[in-house]
Amino acid sequence: MMFAGIVLKKTAQVQGVAIIGAIVLLAGAIFDLNLVSVESHTYFNMIELNAYSAKFNVLITFCVLVYFMLFSKDIAAVGKSDADYFALLFFVMCGVFLLSTYSNLLVLFLGIEILSIPQYILAGSDKKNIKSNEASLKYFLMGAFSTGILLMGITLIYGATGSFDIFNEGFIRQFQHVSGLSALSFAGVLLLVISFGFKVSAAPMHFWTPDVYDGTPTAFTPFMATIAKVSVFIAFIRLFHFSFGNISTDWQAAIAGMIVLTLLIGNITAVYQQSVKRMLAYSSIAQAGFMLFAIFAFNTTSWKGLMLYSVVYTLASLGVFSVLIKMKDYTYEGFNGLAKKEPVLAATAAICLLSLAGIPLTGGFFAKYFVLSAAVEQGKWIGLVIFAVLMAAVSAYYYFRLLRSMYFTEGDAELKNLPTTVEKVLLIINAAIVILLGVLPGIIENVTG
Amino acid sequence: MLIVLLLLIPLLGGLLTMFTTEKVAGPIAMLAGLATLGIAIATYIQYTNGYDLMVNHSWIEYLGARFTVGFDHGDGLAILMMMLTAIVFPLIFISLINKQPERQNTFYGLMLFAQVGLMGVFLAKDALLFYVFWEIALIPVYFLSSMYGGPRRIPVTFKFFIYTFAGSLIMLVAILLIYRHAPIRSFSWDSFVSVGSAMNAGEQSWLFWMMFIAFAIKMPVFPFHTWQPAAYEQSATPVTVVLSAIMVKMGLFAVIRWLLPVIPAGSLQWMNLVILLSVISIVYASCMAIVQTNIKRMIAYSSIAHIGLMSAAIFSHQLLGLQGVAIQMFNHGITIAGLWMMVHIIENRLGTQDLREMGGVAKVAPAFTIGLVVMSLANIALPLTNGFIGEFMMFNGLFKTASVYHVWFTVVAGLGIILAAVYTLNMIQKVAYGPEGSRVPSFADLKINEMIVMVLIVMMILVLGFYPKIMMDLIYVQPW
Repeated sequence: MMFAGIVLKKTAQVQGVAIIGAIVLLAGAIFDLNLVSVESHTYFNMIELNAYSAKFNVLITFCVLVYFMLFSKDIAAVGKSDADYFALLFFVMCGVFLLSTYSNLLVLFLGIEILSIPQYILAGSDKKNIKSNEASLKYFLMGAFSTGILLMGITLIYGATGSFDIFNEGFIRQFQHVSGLSALSFAGVLLLVISFGFKVSAAPMHFWTPDVYDGTPTAFTPFMATIAKVSVFIAFIRLFHFSFGNISTDWQAAIAGMIVLTLLIGNITAVYQQSVKRMLAYSSIAQAGFMLFAIFAFNTTSWKGLMLYSVVYTLASLGVFSVLIKMKDYTYEGFNGLAKKEPVLAATAAICLLSLAGIPLTGGFFAKYFVLSAAVEQGKWIGLVIFAVLMAAVSAYYYFRLLRSMYFTEGDAELKNLPTTVEKVLLIINAAIVILLGVLPGIIENVTG
Repeated sequence: MLIVLLLLIPLLGGLLTMFTTEKVAGPIAMLAGLATLGIAIATYIQYTNGYDLMVNHSWIEYLGARFTVGFDHGDGLAILMMMLTAIVFPLIFISLINKQPERQNTFYGLMLFAQVGLMGVFLAKDALLFYVFWEIALIPVYFLSSMYGGPRRIPVTFKFFIYTFAGSLIMLVAILLIYRHAPIRSFSWDSFVSVGSAMNAGEQSWLFWMMFIAFAIKMPVFPFHTWQPAAYEQSATPVTVVLSAIMVKMGLFAVIRWLLPVIPAGSLQWMNLVILLSVISIVYASCMAIVQTNIKRMIAYSSIAHIGLMSAAIFSHQLLGLQGVAIQMFNHGITIAGLWMMVHIIENRLGTQDLREMGGVAKVAPAFTIGLVVMSLANIALPLTNGFIGEFMMFNGLFKTASVYHVWFTVVAGLGIILAAVYTLNMIQKVAYGPEGSRVPSFADLKINEMIVMVLIVMMILVLGFYPKIMMDLIYVQPW
């Protein structure tokens, strides 16, 4: 990809290579699915490809393909080194695949770093814009800090168990109530919780998110807010459910606390935002709060919930961002009257907003339903579920505020450039998939087996 | 098959109207509405002949949620509600013939989508499906109320939406909790009834309030009614018909089908409090109705009062009361739909909703006045109108309530009848009689389409008033 930049002069060709690359990746992931249905593969005990990993790989690669198709023009328009941006995105994907299949804590660290470092660069890629520089610096500093905490946690766990292999017998034996949980392992687990919290922007480790997402060029924000975040969640759930499952009562309290803070801060602050881009950043914090429910609840429903949530949240966010990126004015007033001017854009954005709010008939409802149902299934802390549901009602406020501007307020929404028919068709297909997942959420199961 | 058509025809009609030209939108919507009515009548006939009308498809295997819609033996109430939905929408479309709304595609499309959602609520026998349709009914109404109506419609509708949405979400958690207790994962109504009634009293108590909150907001019952008067006043009157005639019945229907059988101990435990709130609703709303000068607000408060009585009768847990509610739900739907359409005519002719500016319409538009008076008398539950039999049965049931306060409840609720007469007759006097309002001389009498609607509704009021046996046969079995 990088070298494509040297060879290919025209931007369109570079974008074409990127999309073809994504399709090839998707084909590979689907091929892996068949592989896994026979047995799970392990490579040097570092990486283990099991059923969930393969499913997730297919889903995430599909999301990346959608991202490329919707945003490739905007990515190339960020600056002069367009091939480099695509290359960096593919590097991030490498990190994603590591995170979905790791079985060794060192590989986890590797995956997190490979995921994050290209994002630091992408955040700062609009060199002339000071907000972009600020975003990149903030992201880098916070990211490095959180990786440090991650390493500390890994080290403590290594000290307690003597191994980095998370599926190792000895490793898991350390994390059982029977033999007693040593302070070393407990501290390690907590540090891991905190470091994961940083990466998925769970409160109280979310403070970097609004500034970073707001400052990053709008072409890259959706990628960071959706695909990168979701991958960390998969890494999170993989570690905690497989290895730390037996001591779930210990870390569930910490995660419950994070959920409450995240939902509260994410939703309430989003209500006050005047810029749609910043509102979407806070909304991604709130959505992360819901995804934390999947970690919090320790059962099969939470895995299914997380998979469905990942896809639905990603597609819906991509839908809203791809309308946002076409607007000149990112405030709510800038969207006034969009429904009259560009009905297709407004309609697809409306469907994606309804999905983010969790209205039935869109995928977002079943996504929220699955994760909440997983939480109810495990029986404790039902009040948390009621709280989450009330926060979902609060979230409806800011999503519907955007709906209101688009449909019910008179105004002249200004677009940077008019969308082409191809773009409109892609947006319609995206919205159609969101509705399809809302009517038949079982499709994810059937498609990925 | 018929059942699926009940949902499919409005859905396809809605999609068609949204994507065709303006000129064809109205006729297509009318066709869809009438076709649905035809199917509804066919379903009714099949039901009375004892055909099996259930559709049971697999939907989400993992959750055990199935696409279960239809009518079992003993689902008379659901049949009545289905008929109500199928009747009211074509009536609205007919009444709009002479004054089409702007952007007809959007309007008719959203109306038909609303019909799908409402129909689905009454048809669903699977809890998750029921919830999905409950919310689906809300979204088109949100858009309709925000696009068409008075100057303050956007914030008012938004308040309505958020309030209802929050309530429904709490109901969702209750559904999840009941689902979790089921030994085999299933959302079916039968499973819910057996699981819910087996839960202990403490849990049922919590679950009752979690579910009742959603219905109390929807109906609405004091003190959760604050969204309603403004929402009814600000929305465009055709939309108000949908809200008032059908959507509130969703709340009552849900209590009868999904609350009483599923959480019996909880319903009995909180019976007194709920009846108290309902009775307060009746008196409070009636008093508020008396002092209103805006005709839409007045009818909105009158609606709360009627719903209060129905809600009190439901929680009487008496068969006679429940049957009375079933009948009244249908009758009130028809009557109030007629009243709102009369208000729509007043609005269009006089350009005002203020009662003080009306008067003397009887001289200028006698046919209109006949319709208005008959519908208003039905609203007061005058004997020989359809409103009477339901009220009579409901009061009967309320009086028989197994509660220490049963006499008090009935007496205070009975005040509602007198107050209803006060505000309704007051309204008739201000509109039809008395000194002529400034714009009244130009009040043209009913046009053909309006006449058709008025005659149909008056006929239904009188026929069902004289011979309510048609409906009684349907609900002779327990209404759920």
